[in-house]
Amino acid sequence: MKWEVVIGLETHAQLSTASKIFSGAPTAFGAAPNSQASAVDIALPGVLPVLNKGAVERAIRFGVAVGGTISQRSVFARKNYFYPDLPKGYQISQYEIPIVAGGSVTIAIAETEKRIRLTRAHLEEDAGKSLHEDFHGMTGIDLNRAGTPLLEIVSEPDMRSAAEAVAYAKALHALVRWIGICDGNLQEGSFRCDANVSVRPAGSDDLGTRCEIKNLNSFRFLQHAIEFEARRQIELIEDGGAVVQETRLYDPDRNETRPMRTKEDAHDYRYFPDPDLPPLVIDAAWIERVKSELPELPDVMKARFVTQYGLSMYEAAALTASREVAHYFEDTVRVLGGAPNLAASWIMGALSAALNREEREIGAAPVTPHALAGLLRRIQDNTISGKMAKDVFDAMWAGEGDADLIIERNGLRQISDEGAIERIVDDVLAANAAIIAEVKAGREKAFNSLVGQVMKASKGKANPAQVNAILKRKLG
Amino acid sequence: MIDGTIAELAQALHARRISSEELTSEALARIERAQSRFNAFITIDRDGALAAARAADAALRKGDGGPLTGIPLAHKDVLMTAGLNTTCGSRMLADFVAPYDAFVVEQLRKAGTVLVGKTNMDEFAMGSSSETSWFGPVRNPWDPAYVPGGSSGGSAVAVAARLVPAATGTDTGGSIRQPAALTGICGLKPTYGACSRYGLVAFASSLDHPGPFGRTAEDCALLLRAMAGHDPRDSTSINRPPEDYAQLLREPRAAKVLEGLRIGLPKEFHGEGVDAEVAAAVEAAIAELQKLGATLKTISLPAVKYSVPVYYVIAPAEASSNLSRFDGVRYGHRANDFKDLLDMYKKTRAEGFGAEVKRRILTGTYVLSHGYYDAYYLKAQQVRRLIADDFRRAYGECDVIVGPTAPSAAFKIGAKTDDPVQMYLNDIFTIAADLTGAPAISIPCGVTRDGLPIGLQIQGNHFDEARILDVAHRYQQATDWHQRVPPIEHASKSS
Repeated sequence: MKWEVVIGLETHAQLSTASKIFSGAPTAFGAAPNSQASAVDIALPGVLPVLNKGAVERAIRFGVAVGGTISQRSVFARKNYFYPDLPKGYQISQYEIPIVAGGSVTIAIAETEKRIRLTRAHLEEDAGKSLHEDFHGMTGIDLNRAGTPLLEIVSEPDMRSAAEAVAYAKALHALVRWIGICDGNLQEGSFRCDANVSVRPAGSDDLGTRCEIKNLNSFRFLQHAIEFEARRQIELIEDGGAVVQETRLYDPDRNETRPMRTKEDAHDYRYFPDPDLPPLVIDAAWIERVKSELPELPDVMKARFVTQYGLSMYEAAALTASREVAHYFEDTVRVLGGAPNLAASWIMGALSAALNREEREIGAAPVTPHALAGLLRRIQDNTISGKMAKDVFDAMWAGEGDADLIIERNGLRQISDEGAIERIVDDVLAANAAIIAEVKAGREKAFNSLVGQVMKASKGKANPAQVNAILKRKLG
Repeated sequence: MIDGTIAELAQALHARRISSEELTSEALARIERAQSRFNAFITIDRDGALAAARAADAALRKGDGGPLTGIPLAHKDVLMTAGLNTTCGSRMLADFVAPYDAFVVEQLRKAGTVLVGKTNMDEFAMGSSSETSWFGPVRNPWDPAYVPGGSSGGSAVAVAARLVPAATGTDTGGSIRQPAALTGICGLKPTYGACSRYGLVAFASSLDHPGPFGRTAEDCALLLRAMAGHDPRDSTSINRPPEDYAQLLREPRAAKVLEGLRIGLPKEFHGEGVDAEVAAAVEAAIAELQKLGATLKTISLPAVKYSVPVYYVIAPAEASSNLSRFDGVRYGHRANDFKDLLDMYKKTRAEGFGAEVKRRILTGTYVLSHGYYDAYYLKAQQVRRLIADDFRRAYGECDVIVGPTAPSAAFKIGAKTDDPVQMYLNDIFTIAADLTGAPAISIPCGVTRDGLPIGLQIQGNHFDEARILDVAHRYQQATDWHQRVPPIEHASKSS
């Protein structure tokens, strides 16, 4: 039988506020244990939560960006359970009425676009951390993370493969960074996914029994976990078994998912509206202001790059992977006064390779858009060849100055003087009678070898197009 | 001297006829002497009090004092007081030292009051008799065989027994007004949000109200002025301009001081279940108010009969969640021996909480459980709105609503401890104001044949504190029930 995998994702994006969602304590990562936990975060008797407007603002920004509906009135609820790193014995979350309802995120797989619908996005606080090492059989509690603002983004079960799920997670990851609500740092846990996975016979409209997989803190783990889980479920059913609804944990070391708890021992969280927090009321003016301040979104910008600059979908997608890359591209084109294809190929080529090599963000590139445009201008006006430009780029990257300075200092100006090139060609031909014979015998490789020798004799400075033309004329 | 009202003591302090240090020393001496009889206090802060009194005297000498400067005062032990134990009357917090001041504590400190100690109470403010404290029951100064009411029993007794002129309490189902009634003093529950809950150890968040105890309505007005105010640390705190609640009380009036006042008499408040002596005293008080110019209007509050069941769903629900933080992990009691985490939780909470607290946590957990939420919690919230609607309609026809504070005078210690429902019915008249959040005051209006005080409750619409205080004050100008002193040695002998 052919099987179809059905996937929905629940994503926790840590909102990039300076302080926590219900207290004034800082949210910075990596501080000494419990040094960033205020009276509210450790839940001393008598303290009360006060909502951070910055977290609300970011949730609205998200809702507007995905085309969702912002609830004019949403409610914070208490999710009650006991755990040592949950200081109040309940988590403040949104349950019946979330701040954002609906919306969608568009993913592209091999030039095919697909809309993934969102169910909701709601605000909640993070818990602390239990530390099981270094305490000699006891457990340490670090409450620095307690009260960190999270936006939980819940998708509909619209994905049909691990690849789609990863594409969705990446698109969402790019979006939350694009609109500046989350730093997207996966290592620090700023962006975490849980996957709901089920399988069904291809063509069926009914949903199979799902399992929720936790602890997916990289796109690679997400991919592997879903692939493993889908395989496990299919094999189980084909062997005559049935999937049990449960929460499973992904173990990246063994690349497998393991049961954590079944539906039967699921908590009864006893949700009820938090009486310490009045309903969150958001007026139309607030939503309008956020809307007006929202940057151009990646989908819109991608489409514009295709129409305005004549880029391919592939190039447009790559250049809108982040706002920084997009700005870099547009700045370069602006300074250059055109030539978007040339700019695109250099940004996606040499620049991107250098960034990857040094694991740098584009904002930290030593070659600015202005400097890159200076280099590309010299390609455009034939001062240097594309090949030579690569060396100039490397020198610029190494901090040796701007393109013109490097070209002048190293004498890299391209030779475009017809007579000068002809003299070099004549010298090369005079010394290579054997190769000329091969060329005449119709061997393409021999011709290329002559071009190479001319280029070498000119120290790479001869205009390659002219060299080709002159050689062809002389041997023709 | 300390038997005087705040208003009288303030005059004496400002005129330098007495120092705060003298007043405070007298208060401390009385508190220490009375402790074995009434058990009104859990913590007595002699050194802190005397230091604060000397600071108050220095301010008074410079002419910097306000109407509360130098007044000795006690706080209910559910309010956080920096550097002092805050136990909530529970073993769970028996050794817990508060690291910060509650908003109302801070406000009263700023006003120059002298904190002498923390008063005994029903554990976590759950009770109507002050018998459930880990530190033992509080006794009524009118007769130590009787309860003082609760849960703020220690504060009520401290004021009634003339140990201090003023104290704070908290009212969730009647915990200020009912003990005020049972000890013959005044207790005010302000509008929800008027006094911040910051630093009040939560019992039921949507129902908890801090408020003052005093001997007179005027003293309550002075205290409330200091305690009220907007506090950004409590999201349910209301931002309103400060109000001088005593101003209306000082307004000169013609002979009929309550001319134009429309008093609503809910037929539901005068039915069965009210002790005959209480009913008679309340009737006499209403006649007195009529004499002062008020007119009477019978009103109906049909949904109010559901107040007690509604309350006993919502309050335990919130409590079950609020008390989850007492888990032995970060502070408070932790069991000595346990084999794993679950065992630690179970033993810690089994040992740390008393029977009434456990009963409410169990009830609250049940009503919030999957499958029961709609039938109990949600339904209770709907009926809560109906009750509020009843009052909104009623205040279209009347200005204040008057009736008994409690169905009976004080009962004997132990009389109702085995019957929680009988105990809960003590709050039948007080709970509605907690559910709606509107203000209400209890003032003394009589004494039973057994010599026990009877309380009159005056309720008003939201933010009508000044009006109900004015009605109470005018009544007290015309009567002397508030001047009755319990039969205690120091009270009759002193200055």
